Amino acid sequence: MAIQVKYFASLRERMGRAEDAVSPVHARTVAELWAHITGGKPLPANTLVAVNLEYADLDHPVKEGDEVAFFPPVTGG
Amino acid sequence: MPAEVRTSAFEPYEELRRYQERFLSGRGAAGATASFVGTMRDFNDGEPVRAMTLEHYPGMTERHLERIVAEAKQRWPILDALVLHRVGPLLPGDPIVLVAAWSAHRDAAFAACRYLIEELKSRAPFWKKEERASAARWVERNAPAEGYTVEAHG
Repeated sequence: MAIQVKYFASLRERMGRAEDAVSPVHARTVAELWAHITGGKPLPANTLVAVNLEYADLDHPVKEGDEVAFFPPVTGG
Repeated sequence: MPAEVRTSAFEPYEELRRYQERFLSGRGAAGATASFVGTMRDFNDGEPVRAMTLEHYPGMTERHLERIVAEAKQRWPILDALVLHRVGPLLPGDPIVLVAAWSAHRDAAFAACRYLIEELKSRAPFWKKEERASAARWVERNAPAEGYTVEAHG
C-alpha cells in the first residue's frame, strides 16, 4: 500500500497536481518523501506538513498507508 | 458543540437563532452569549478584491475545529459553542465564519469566543485565494492578533 500525498492551495498549483501515491520503499521520513517526489528540490519556505491529519515535522516517520499533506500557512477565518 | 464546514452560503444570525432555539432553549443557565462573524472584505493591502475562493482539507479541518472547540470547553466554563466556516466561492459581504460561545457569565463567553476565532485562524487548514483587479492571488498568511495571548484571556 502506497503513501498518499496531498497538496493544497498555492502548493497544489505549484506542483500542478493535488495528489501523489509513493511507495514506502522510497522514504522513511517526510523530508525523504518530499525529496523523492521533487528530485531533491527544497521545500518552499513556511510549508506546513500533516501526517494522518495531524501537524508534523519533517523528520516525522512515514509508512505504508499514511496520508501526508504539504500546504502553505493557513489563512482561514 | 458542533464545528462545521459549509459549502454553501449561510446567514450567521439566523444560524445563531436556530442553534439557540434547538439546543439552548429553556436552559436559563446561559446568561451570556458572545459571537464573532467574519465577512469577506472588498479590499486587501489597499487593492480592491472582487471575489474569493476558500479551500480546506476535508477531514483534517473538521478534526481541528472540533479540537479547538473541545479546548475552549476545557479552559472556560462554557455551556456550548458553535463554529461554522464557509468554503467555496464568495463575494464581498458574504459571511466566512461564525463562532459563538454560551456561558453563565460574560468573562468566559468573551474569552472562549476569542480563543475559538484566534485558534481557528492560526491552526485550522483553510486557504483564501483572492481575485484582484490585477490577478488572482493566494493570501500568504493571516495577520497575528495584536496584543492577544491566550494567557492574558484565560
